[in-house]
Amino acid sequence: MTFINYAAKEINCKIVYYGPGLGGKTTNLQHIYNKTAPDRRGKMISLATEADRTLFFDFLPLDLGSIRGFTTRFHLYTVPGQVFYDASRKLILKGVDGIVFVADSQTDRMEANVESIRNLELNLQEHGFDLASISYALQFNKRDLPNVMPVDEMYRMLNFKREPTFAGIAPQGVGVFETLKSVAKQILVDLRKR
Amino acid sequence: MPTTYVEVYEEEFERLEQALRRLRYDSNAKAVFLIDKNGQQIAAVGEVEDFDTTSLASLTAGNVAATDGLAKLIGEREFSVLFHEGQRDHIHISIVARRAILLVIFDERSSLGLVRLRVKRASAEMDEIFEEMNRKESRGPGGRVEASPFSEITDEDIDSLFGD
Repeated sequence: MTFINYAAKEINCKIVYYGPGLGGKTTNLQHIYNKTAPDRRGKMISLATEADRTLFFDFLPLDLGSIRGFTTRFHLYTVPGQVFYDASRKLILKGVDGIVFVADSQTDRMEANVESIRNLELNLQEHGFDLASISYALQFNKRDLPNVMPVDEMYRMLNFKREPTFAGIAPQGVGVFETLKSVAKQILVDLRKR
Repeated sequence: MPTTYVEVYEEEFERLEQALRRLRYDSNAKAVFLIDKNGQQIAAVGEVEDFDTTSLASLTAGNVAATDGLAKLIGEREFSVLFHEGQRDHIHISIVARRAILLVIFDERSSLGLVRLRVKRASAEMDEIFEEMNRKESRGPGGRVEASPFSEITDEDIDSLFGD
């Protein structure tokens, strides 16, 4: 739900990073945090377990500068990937403007990827959203690992609606900003059509 | 479904801020925040520079969302008031007009009873302002007669945000 404050001249949008557990959602946010100038970002908050697994969400506010005199802010959230945290995932999707799906490229994680996209579709429906029409980008993460599935095969299996798709190695930053930019642009283009 | 928008215009923003300022004064609070249920700060008054307001808004919304989930699990519609008691500072959280969150931070200069009382009065006032906002929003995109300033956003505007 894009929040437009005409008095403060601000546009605030919410982007959620979705995907199976241990797929690299938090690592995407950490890279964005590390590579963004301190005056352009807020504090990154991680509500994580003692073993550093996301328990509720990670949160990173980004200030991208201004557009038509309005300060443009993006609030990035991740969801916990593990299947049993579904109640928390649903809460975080509330009021979302755009989704980044971080898929794990390892062959043995394909089933988890497929299941997570299906879960995303259902949880979006519960909030009255449709994956077919919401701003959406797909990232094939962990391309540096040895046991990965070829990109074109993954594309056939996971691409939902010809959404922009990027190969990623999140700890090295490969594909991280490209994916974020893609979904942010879709949200702003939607704003124009409003 | 198209993306939905929450819009706050200057007139309502000023009225909301005024209501917050009055609440802060009447309740002797340190700071008062009005937050959208999705975690965006709408307005804030008081000693706000002491706090990371963006994080505060996001965590408060997460807290309210989780508590809403708990309420539903036990068959309640919602828990309308949350209170967190600290050693020095305390937080009072309540829902306004079903779509916003009122967060009051207070210390020993005030009391839970006083905050509760004043929040009730301020909520009624803010309900009215939100109702007015709803009426304007239902008049369609832009809510007002003037055209949306975003209809003329160009690809270059968007690209320039990313330094492309």
